[in-house]
Amino acid sequence: MAAFEKLVRQYDRQVFRIAQHIVQNREDAEDVVQDAFLKAYEKLDQFQGNSKFYTWLVRIAVNESLMRLRKRRTGRMVSIDEDVETEEGSMPRDLADWSPDPEALYGQSEMGDILRRTIQGLPPGFRVVFVLRDVEGLSTEETADTLGLSIPAVKSRLLRARLQLRERLSRYFKRRDQKQAQDGVK
Amino acid sequence: MLDQDAAIPLRADLQQHLESCEHCEITLNTTRKTIEIYRSHELYVLPDDLRERLHTAILAKCRKC
Repeated sequence: MAAFEKLVRQYDRQVFRIAQHIVQNREDAEDVVQDAFLKAYEKLDQFQGNSKFYTWLVRIAVNESLMRLRKRRTGRMVSIDEDVETEEGSMPRDLADWSPDPEALYGQSEMGDILRRTIQGLPPGFRVVFVLRDVEGLSTEETADTLGLSIPAVKSRLLRARLQLRERLSRYFKRRDQKQAQDGVK
Repeated sequence: MLDQDAAIPLRADLQQHLESCEHCEITLNTTRKTIEIYRSHELYVLPDDLRERLHTAILAKCRKC
């Protein structure tokens, strides 16, 4: 039990972050953390040493999160394949450059709100790939393995998630730029 | 940003294109910045009190298994 407690302390923050990104609700994320670690504990004998404990745990947490999301949406199916056929983000539309230091345009708290709001707008199937790959730093192979997707599917979703986020953030960062430019003309 | 599996001639072509295409350069730079911003902001922090509460609950449930 002491060894397992150490694992909980090592990975709880990451599991909480990933769960929050998927379920977008703190209470559900707390439940996911508890259920994911409990399931991991129950299935420790099934854990195959050739895959990292962390990616195995993340796989459990992602599945638990999607189940929570489904429950909250009163039984409607939620999967990582949902809404991924959208064409949005396939091609960049907003080609304006950003401010040299867009983070300086907003306070820390306001920036956090913008980033949360922006990523929450992505379909779950894009959001989870971006979070695992770009935020949590899993490799393409680990992300594919964790989500049960092919490597080309991970690459495709990652590209589109990145472009969609960039497009949506451009609205904030460019708007402030444009406003400043207009103010400068007046 | 560029897929490490991309063939070397393709990478060279892309690099050459980027040097002459402002739109692609902006798209690449702002996409790179998007990733950096998300990586540097921890959007969902687990507070210490909640963390301790979760640990207690998890270990209690595990002991009952």
